[in-house]
Amino acid sequence: MANFGTYQESCPSIKNILLLDSEGKRVAIKYYSDDWPTLNAKLAFEKSVFTKTQKTNARTEAEIAMLDNNIIVYKFVQDLHFFVTGGDDENELILSTVLQGFFDAVALLLRSNVDKREALENLDLILLCLDEIVDGGMVLETDAHVIAGKVASHSMDAGAPLSEQTISQALATAREHLTRSLLKAAGGFHVFAFHYGYRLFFAASRPTHTQQVIVCAGLWNSV
Amino acid sequence: MAQPLAKKDDDRDDEAEYSPFIGIEKGSVLQEARVFNDPQLDPRRCSQVITKLLYLLNQGESFTKVEATEVFFSVTKLFQSKDLGLRRMVYLIIKELSPSADEVIIVTSSLMKDMNSKTDMYRANAIRVLCRITDGTLLTQIERYLKQAIVDKNHVVASAALVSGVHLLQTNPEIVKRWSNEVQESVQSRAGLVQFHALALLHQIRQNDRLAVSKLVTSLTRGTVRSPLAQCLLIRYTSQVIRESGQNTQTGERPFYNYLDSCLRHKAEMVIFEAARAITELSGVTNQELTPAITVLQLFLNSSKPVLRFAAVRTLNKVAMTHPMAVTNCNIDMESLISDQNRSIATLAITTLLKTGNESSVDRLMKQITNFMSDIADEFKIVVVEAIRSLCLKFPLKYRALMNFLSSILREEGGFEYKKAIVDSIVILIRDIPEAKESGLFHLCEFIEDCEFTYLSTQILHFLGNEGPKTSDPSKYIRYIYNRVILENATVRASAVSTLAKFGALVDSLKPRIFVLLRRCLFDSDDEVRDRATLYLNTIGGDGSVGETDKDVKDFLFGSLDVPLANLETCLKNYEPSEESFDIDSVPKEVKSQPLAEKKAPGKKPAALGALPTGPTSTIDAYEKLLSSIPEFSGFGQLFKSSVPMELTEAETEYSVNVVKHIYDGHVVFQFNCTNTIPEQLLENVCVIMDATEAEEFSEVASKPLRSLPYDSPGQTFVAFEKPVGVPAVGKFSNMLKFIVKEVDPATGETDEDGVEDEYQLEDLEVLPADYILKVGVSNFRNAWESMGPDNERVDEYGLGARESLTEAVNAVINILGMQPCEGTEVVPNNSRSHTCLLAGVFIGNAKVLVRLSFGIDGPKQVAMKLAVRSEDETVSDAIHEIIASG
Repeated sequence: MANFGTYQESCPSIKNILLLDSEGKRVAIKYYSDDWPTLNAKLAFEKSVFTKTQKTNARTEAEIAMLDNNIIVYKFVQDLHFFVTGGDDENELILSTVLQGFFDAVALLLRSNVDKREALENLDLILLCLDEIVDGGMVLETDAHVIAGKVASHSMDAGAPLSEQTISQALATAREHLTRSLLKAAGGFHVFAFHYGYRLFFAASRPTHTQQVIVCAGLWNSV
Repeated sequence: MAQPLAKKDDDRDDEAEYSPFIGIEKGSVLQEARVFNDPQLDPRRCSQVITKLLYLLNQGESFTKVEATEVFFSVTKLFQSKDLGLRRMVYLIIKELSPSADEVIIVTSSLMKDMNSKTDMYRANAIRVLCRITDGTLLTQIERYLKQAIVDKNHVVASAALVSGVHLLQTNPEIVKRWSNEVQESVQSRAGLVQFHALALLHQIRQNDRLAVSKLVTSLTRGTVRSPLAQCLLIRYTSQVIRESGQNTQTGERPFYNYLDSCLRHKAEMVIFEAARAITELSGVTNQELTPAITVLQLFLNSSKPVLRFAAVRTLNKVAMTHPMAVTNCNIDMESLISDQNRSIATLAITTLLKTGNESSVDRLMKQITNFMSDIADEFKIVVVEAIRSLCLKFPLKYRALMNFLSSILREEGGFEYKKAIVDSIVILIRDIPEAKESGLFHLCEFIEDCEFTYLSTQILHFLGNEGPKTSDPSKYIRYIYNRVILENATVRASAVSTLAKFGALVDSLKPRIFVLLRRCLFDSDDEVRDRATLYLNTIGGDGSVGETDKDVKDFLFGSLDVPLANLETCLKNYEPSEESFDIDSVPKEVKSQPLAEKKAPGKKPAALGALPTGPTSTIDAYEKLLSSIPEFSGFGQLFKSSVPMELTEAETEYSVNVVKHIYDGHVVFQFNCTNTIPEQLLENVCVIMDATEAEEFSEVASKPLRSLPYDSPGQTFVAFEKPVGVPAVGKFSNMLKFIVKEVDPATGETDEDGVEDEYQLEDLEVLPADYILKVGVSNFRNAWESMGPDNERVDEYGLGARESLTEAVNAVINILGMQPCEGTEVVPNNSRSHTCLLAGVFIGNAKVLVRLSFGIDGPKQVAMKLAVRSEDETVSDAIHEIIASG
């Protein structure tokens, strides 16, 4: 109980939030504390966190571990590993609330399609999400819907759902992606478009090349 | 949900390691960043480039100063765009780039415009960005807007301003403190998180004002707190208030306990847990207060969520250290946690059980642990081993089961730290439980037969040498020891030789056979081993030369050095070969205080055995060297003790002076360390005039002024007094610093010819009884006490009057006596009504003193003390009583 006095007078604080892939590589990370001053210290920490938790099953419920006087709560989905770190005097349940907020917000933003590839393709959303959860170690918001709402809607008339994006916006996005896709259409490729959490899929099942192009062309003309 | 259209046959190459950032390069991204400068901005493209930049930063790439500045400037152009998404990314990258103060100016006006925008998102984010990158000067310009924002009706804006306030308080407290009215208002906000942020900020603003914090807590615990986070915060502040308001009030009701208790029924688990934890950590918590908290924690133990189980078991583990009985109710739940998937939870459960378990449950527990040990990491195993050790000390009758357990895990795989923990535990058990000795030694012997750690082998051999000869059948250990001589490396061989010699010296029946073995060691390939064998053969008298008495031999073999090794080392270095042999009694025994870095002996050669740590030269050696170099003081004899420096001036005055008291048998030397803190002055002929009218037994015999004292280079001046030999004379001195001041031109360093005589009043100093007592601890107080005998024992009782707590009384007496507390008895357990403290020291005249203090405290905080003193000299025992009687 050496730190008896210190934590009780302080706010709950988060030391870092990590989103790593299935090999322990960074997808997105954010450090709020000076405990790891250099890049190497950070990487070493991430490595030890990853190795320590790698073999555990944190897919249904968030798990927890202690590492060098830090408490780490974590949760895995597909090839993504979510971590939230706090000091060893921190209320574990606060940390896990933050983790859950982050985890659920990402799931909302990626439309439940949570894997590394999607996360990287929507990295801007993930980073904005981190920005909305914690500010300089202080918890800003833990409600996943509010976080996702703030990130996706681009405005704060809160709760404006993603689907309210106008059709013209969506089409504009699609057009842009099509142009790019058509330009590199040399090999086998698939067409999909994404824009800030809004994605249009042009075919549900294995279309042929020509079909794709036809669909694209049709859209192209309609815009 | 629509699945992405990825087709295995089409996309095999892409699929394997697809990433939108594949092959990304800093240089090319920086090139791409030029789109920020386009007259026709493409928001989508700009956003993508920013994402790429952020990706690079996130991966640990760093930008040079020039690159960062360039990116920053082009990013500022993006404020022209009205695209919301782009603006978000702009905010983000500005925070990541953390621009320097002169760059911040560029974006200030744009951000200030956003701060007043109609769009809430702009306002909230602009506040956060601006507060993150701004410095104090700018803050006064935007203060007005921030105050408005704190009470903004949009709660995201309010939160942004409040959180920024929390950060700014670290750097610009005086500005943020002016906002307390607004913050106060938003504490009442209906939005949960705004309340949380406001509460955090308000508390930080007022944290030094106890009354205000107490008022805040009082009003909020009665009001409504909306978010669980704010509730947790309030619990923390409440327990702070409880802690600071001291012990229970007269009625025994603890203030605010009811509030904590009511939080145990909150709907959020976070709050329940915070409250339970706060209750368990109340100082002097009673069992009645604990019960409700333990009950909710017990419920958590059965939760399906690992985080909840971990939190509960970790808290219970802490409670078990102080209140093991309170936790026993949870034992059944805890036992089921031993098989928990999460090994941290399992380890915590086991160690808690070991702390709370009773004698009958030990066997069952050990069985469960054995299964568990094989699949946890070393770090957890060490924790378990330590818990088992304390359990064994608690239930000595169970030593057999526990010792067997320790020996079985000793045979398994494990790293050094783990093995060391086990060996240490066995050694401690052997020491404290006599019945366990034979089996414990046997386990250790087995272990060194196959031990890969030299350190552990030598430790065990040493221990075996001390304990083995005293067992019923010492001969059975010889085989294990001699095997080491045959099989191991030189270090282990050498210590095995020493161990053999110890057996030879103590067990007469084994002596001839030991000599045979030792003679074989004379042909060892390592010189240390040969030397030791020769030495021991000669001392024990193997070669027929019975030069020394039996007692000498045993002292030599088993006696430990009663002087600190570091002190011995420096003395040996100072020793110059002469007719006189080295006298080990001349080595100072003072436990070394803080190292004097600048006086470290240069060119230290490695210690003879290579094993001795080259400890820093202790202060006392430095003092001794210094004093013996001054002819005036060379006739005073051996330095007995030097005090720690005591300041005689306030901090940050013109001249700073502290004093060190050097005590000799018949003299006291005061060493004044002076520092001149004025660059424009040079002091000459510095001396201290000491007035000894209140110290009748002292008479001044010598003084050594300091020739010159330039700016910022400390110098010493000394004054010596004579006092009656061997008597702990006390007295008070008033002091005056006298010197000649000369002006110095700091620019050129030239000094004026003419000086002015001046004086400077210093604070008084006292010579106290504690100055005549050296802090020398003893490792086994009871043995030392018994061997001292009751002949010179003096016992008396004293009333110490009203004291705040026993701890305070104990510390006060320790300070008056200046003796070394032994066996950790200076720590008074919380809430105890009586306490025994053991002290040891050496009185002037080299008389050992042992003191046993028994304290008792009654209702109105009256402390009574029984003082029992034993020493080698009855006058010393009396002197100790006199010190207390007059103190």
